[in-house]
Amino acid sequence: MIPLWYSLASLALAAYVVLDGFDLGAGALHLWIARTDGERRAVLGAIGPWWDGNEVWLIAAAGTLMLAFPTALAVAFSGFYLAMFLVVWALILRGTAIELRSHLASPLWRAFWDFVFSAASGVLALLFGVALGNLLRGVPLGGERWFTLALFTSFAPHQGDPVGLLDVYTVTVGVVAVAALLHHGALFLAWKTSGTVNARARLAAGRTLPVLAALLVLAYVATARVARLTPSPLGAGLVVVSTCALGASALFRRRSRELAAFLASCLFLATALAGVAATLYPTLLRSSDGAHDLTAHAAAAEAYSLGTAAPWYFVSLVLVAGYFANLFRMHRGKVTTSDTSDP
Amino acid sequence: MGDALFWHRLQFGFTAVFHYLFPQLTLGLALVIVLVKALHLRRGQGDDAYARTARFWIRVFGINFVVGVVTGIPLEMQFGTNWARLTHTAGGVIGQTLAMEGMFAFFLESTFLGLLVFGEKKMSPKAHLGVAVALLVGSWLSGYFIVATNAFLQHPVGYVTLPDGRLALSDFWVFLGNPWALVQYAHTLLAALVTGAFVVSAVGAYWTLSGAHPAEARVSLRVGVTLGLVATLMVAFPTGDAQAKLVAAHQPTALAAMEGRFESGTNASLTLIGQPNVKEKRLDNPIHLPGVLSFVAYGHFGSFVHGLDEYPESTWPTNIELLYYAFHVMVGLGTLMILLMALATVQAWRGKLERSRALLWVLMLAVPFPYIANSAGWMTTELGRQPWLVYGVFRTEHGASPTVHSGDALFTLLGFAGLYLVLGLLYVFLIGREIAQGPPRDASAEGHA
Repeated sequence: MIPLWYSLASLALAAYVVLDGFDLGAGALHLWIARTDGERRAVLGAIGPWWDGNEVWLIAAAGTLMLAFPTALAVAFSGFYLAMFLVVWALILRGTAIELRSHLASPLWRAFWDFVFSAASGVLALLFGVALGNLLRGVPLGGERWFTLALFTSFAPHQGDPVGLLDVYTVTVGVVAVAALLHHGALFLAWKTSGTVNARARLAAGRTLPVLAALLVLAYVATARVARLTPSPLGAGLVVVSTCALGASALFRRRSRELAAFLASCLFLATALAGVAATLYPTLLRSSDGAHDLTAHAAAAEAYSLGTAAPWYFVSLVLVAGYFANLFRMHRGKVTTSDTSDP
Repeated sequence: MGDALFWHRLQFGFTAVFHYLFPQLTLGLALVIVLVKALHLRRGQGDDAYARTARFWIRVFGINFVVGVVTGIPLEMQFGTNWARLTHTAGGVIGQTLAMEGMFAFFLESTFLGLLVFGEKKMSPKAHLGVAVALLVGSWLSGYFIVATNAFLQHPVGYVTLPDGRLALSDFWVFLGNPWALVQYAHTLLAALVTGAFVVSAVGAYWTLSGAHPAEARVSLRVGVTLGLVATLMVAFPTGDAQAKLVAAHQPTALAAMEGRFESGTNASLTLIGQPNVKEKRLDNPIHLPGVLSFVAYGHFGSFVHGLDEYPESTWPTNIELLYYAFHVMVGLGTLMILLMALATVQAWRGKLERSRALLWVLMLAVPFPYIANSAGWMTTELGRQPWLVYGVFRTEHGASPTVHSGDALFTLLGFAGLYLVLGLLYVFLIGREIAQGPPRDASAEGHA
């Protein structure tokens, strides 16, 4: 049961990153890709049917962790206390911005919410990357179950220094996440929009890709050297697949196969995260000293809970897949002007 | 104030009460929208007042829903961030219902919300009614999973205690069908319907008083008042009554504190008003109804009712004064709301509601009452559970995160205070604007923006 629930929790998190990732990226980019009110309405029209459902995956991932590995949720969330609330506040501001900006026609009102939407989206992408960096590098778990993590200690810590949330390594992973999601969001917008927004989105995807590729190489090297983490065979295989998917995405984009390019980017993110999960398994929370990792077995709920939850969890996954397939069917074309009229 | 526990509790209480201002309207309005749309379909008369009224309430629902969603995220997070020891101890049990809420309710709601708000033009009236029903099901399901989670903390069932002190699920169906959850759910849901009914009636009253949108005002008033009478009555009896009997049976210290009852005895009287003086262990300036508390709790005027004196002070609720006032405010407003809705129903039945200007004024201004009563109800539930986090099993003082200090907790509490002030002002501004503009002539287009 434990490998199954480790996979399901990873699946929920990966679904969150792939799905909310495109609207985070699109949101962060939209100030530049969409300049006029009509263009911005096209961007919001493209992500409008999706973003709320995408964000539910974050709640679902937290719920899945609580169900299957309650101790890991307790230790990680309380250890990352302040960072968790930065995420929550950014999510609140972002959701508010998306939904409220169109209720008033005033240009000032809309400009304000557009800025909030873009800034909150960028901050979230960075924070999620930093969180991944912390999971890879490890947190100061000791003999006690609990830990606490300063936001920053020394930005370039020496061996044995207390680690902080933000250091050279974790911020690097954060910047990689921003680049990956900007690229992802640009591909989504290229698929969903037409005209100038489409042209700018394709340009943005083309410009972010080399930056992303360079940062990825840097991140892989840093993960091996700073975080002293080498991929498991399965993890390495998945990383190779993810690299190929990113390359395929670039090829599809050049041939103007917009949907295929976006889906390849989805595959890139999903397999990269699966590679991380496969490498870390069975560890849920690495310790920075390497000796006190919190494993899935130590953090898991009792076997009865896990066994009882599996059937209903699968039923719910089928239902959710149905909802998302239906959304995709209803919104498979490009956004048209009738999609973007004021409510 | 070095006491982190105080700030953890204040933060959870504040964020939970603020959050629940929105879902209570979501739960109530979802039914109102289904009712009005069904009435529209049955009359089958094109784009009539029913269609426009439904459209107006769907717009309000949309704004309200979003604020509910964004303020709901912190509550789920706080189980881990602020109550880590609780999650470590009981997460293996309550994680079930919290995860079910996300998987079964939130995905359903998030998919259908866009269709409800923007999809009217794209589908048949019947299909659009179906979407409204799906949202009703999603929001009501969500409510059950949350109440079932709370019910485990109030009255834990279907679990075993492991040797290391953690709690593990032992019977899924017993846990999910907790009798406390069934009663509390019915009571909570009806209370949410009261909020929906009062909001709809208040807007109908406002439009009528200002002479605007007479047809839509009439529909809102009729539906609001009818639903209001049924809901205000049923929230008191049978559901409030059943809830009180459960509290009497399983949380006698809570019942005693709710009533400010420091001494045990037969013929227990119900206190209408008075100030609990915990230091002197008495109620100051009381006005009593003799024997009524015995009757309410156990069905006989002579029944013996436990007082706080029977229990060690270490098991008393930690804030008896606030618990006492929360309970009395809830019951007092609940009674007032029954009378108001009964009066309005009589006038509506006589066909005179639209001309009863004084009554319409009261209906319009009464709109805070259900919100206050709902909040007071949750405070009664949560304060009455103290000093336990999981009743009788796990004390609140053992539940907070060990590494989060009071400086951290106050920092985030202040952040929420500022953010929610802005959010609350925006909400009032936007809803006020919708009410002033009145029902839209056309259905909103599909898509966003």
